[in-house]
Amino acid sequence: MKVETKLEGPELTEFLQEKALTIRRDIIKMTGIAGSGHPGGSLSATDIVAAIYWYALRHDPNQPKWKERDRFILSKGHAAPVLYAALAETGYINRDVLWTLRQFGSALQGHPDMRKVAGVEISTGSLGQGLAIACGIALAGRLDKLDYKVYTVIGDGESQEGEIWEAAMLAAHYKLDNLIAITDYNDLQIDGRVSDIKDVCPVDDKWRAFGWHVICIDGHDMDQIVAALDEARQLKGKPVMIEAKTIKGKGVSFMEDMVEWHGVAPNQEQMIAALKELGVDDWTSW
Amino acid sequence: MRRTCLNMVYELAKTDERIFFVGSDIGFGTLDEFKADFPGRFFVEGVSEANVIGLAAGLALEGKIVYTNTIATFITRRCFEQVALDLCLHNVNVRLIGNGGGLVYAPLGPTHQAIEDIAIFRALPRMAIVAPADAEEMKRLMPLTVDYPGPIYIRLAKGGDPVVTDPGMSFRIGKAFVMRRGKDALIVTTGMMLKAALDAADKLAQDGLKAAVLHMPTVKPLDTSVLLDLAEKAPIIVTVEEHSIIGGLGSAVAEAVAEANFDSVKRFKRIGIPDVFPNKYGSQAGLLTHFGIDTETIVSVIRQLNKRPSGQLATERN
Ligand SMILES: Cc1ncc(C[n+]2csc(CCOP(=O)(O)OP(=O)(O)O)c2C)c(N)n1
Ligand SMILES: [Mg+2]
Repeated sequence: MKVETKLEGPELTEFLQEKALTIRRDIIKMTGIAGSGHPGGSLSATDIVAAIYWYALRHDPNQPKWKERDRFILSKGHAAPVLYAALAETGYINRDVLWTLRQFGSALQGHPDMRKVAGVEISTGSLGQGLAIACGIALAGRLDKLDYKVYTVIGDGESQEGEIWEAAMLAAHYKLDNLIAITDYNDLQIDGRVSDIKDVCPVDDKWRAFGWHVICIDGHDMDQIVAALDEARQLKGKPVMIEAKTIKGKGVSFMEDMVEWHGVAPNQEQMIAALKELGVDDWTSW
Repeated sequence: MRRTCLNMVYELAKTDERIFFVGSDIGFGTLDEFKADFPGRFFVEGVSEANVIGLAAGLALEGKIVYTNTIATFITRRCFEQVALDLCLHNVNVRLIGNGGGLVYAPLGPTHQAIEDIAIFRALPRMAIVAPADAEEMKRLMPLTVDYPGPIYIRLAKGGDPVVTDPGMSFRIGKAFVMRRGKDALIVTTGMMLKAALDAADKLAQDGLKAAVLHMPTVKPLDTSVLLDLAEKAPIIVTVEEHSIIGGLGSAVAEAVAEANFDSVKRFKRIGIPDVFPNKYGSQAGLLTHFGIDTETIVSVIRQLNKRPSGQLATERN
């Protein structure tokens, strides 16, 4: 069995936007209750993650280890809340577990742990490593004659790690066209603007020069995300990098494009205000 | 403790032009004053730990004294090769300040728990390893790091830990401090576990058991003369650390004591994190209790060892 959406056009867009809204609400409530976590980078990746899970990915939440499933790797592991929300909404994990984020004994810790959570392909949290592992999984798929795709989301700050570029070279060398990477390009990292700290620009030219097919999009425009994923899935002979321009904290006005919301959770008042903006009037009922 | 440490770097930089700071995505606003006052000696290099170590080595080879700072796992494991060769082999004056030594970042999981940092750095020739017990001790340590020859790893505990050392105490890199004297047992500890060790000694005193407490803020070079002097007289030796039982303080003490070949029999136990990746999250305190790295465990281990003449103790949990 595989989960696939049959929707098209505006209906598809609306469906994916609804999923993204659900994820945003969950991210806020999850981190709000936990009292710590990374809302900013979770919210910037939300639309991309929603499109991956409900449009692109061939998967079956009842069989997390199904051999032919597409793999999704959240290389920027600190955005765990976006992944947990997607895993809950697709049915890999129980929704109630979301509210135990970071508690002693919970399966959901600050970074995704494959030992604990069904649907987490690899444990991430140490930045820069997901892409190389994605390359290995993509190569294995080719060797095993399985036609799955490997999706991975990396951060723009994360792209400062040397290992990213080592993997970039590898993927192109092996022509891993079953590998689709997406950069969550929000121009923020912990210390400030990526462009001020250590500019990764011109990042699309860099990936191109490394032998990748590059697609630049607005990472909050669902139609553009879907079109980019379509193009990426059809492309032959090269790995694909989708450069998604995003806004950190997207969807919550007081979090948008603010470095302060990288690794700080909303307090109760802020959580309630954020959920109101996301259309939840009574947070206890969400 | 972290704030004290970084503020001291800034204070020291005011009077010493050789002092540089290189951070690696350490936290928005960290050391803004340093950046404003000495922009030419302040760098934040993004998420690129291996590169940071190389950069620091290059600066240090040209006579600078370079303080670097990021999360402990990323300044130890992530760039181990660069630390070994660029820093230790070249014996350069780079100071690695690791945030969250031990289980401080408990809710962030295994990627952020620095539980083997001491072990891997102990294996590197020339690397000094210092884990102060509190912010006051940090203040005494930092001025000495300026002219210490060769690389130093400074292991930070959590912020806001209680002050347990006496502000009047002296400090020297490589020196151990006898915090309590007692003939019945010896508790050896490093970093912020000193508090648990002292509390355990107090509790044991109520049973009439007199435990000495040796605080070893420097794990390498190990102050074997003080250690062995106390160890020789102690029938029971227990080590306590917020670190894997493999390769850390407990191992260092075991090696020294075993090779001292004392005539008298020693009963020995390492208290620390067993040989596992922690598979529970939550608070640092929760995990320390989970692994039995606390006052109660120290007390019960020493009581048991006091009763049992020989053999292994089954107290490990995971
Ligand atoms: C190897 C490594 N170094 C440092 C960190 C600490 N860290 C966590 S998030 C982060 C910033 C990442 O910025 P970016 O990739 O742009 O993420 P986003 O803006 O999407 O949140 C850093 C440095 C880490 N997790 N891993
Ligand atoms: Mg970013």
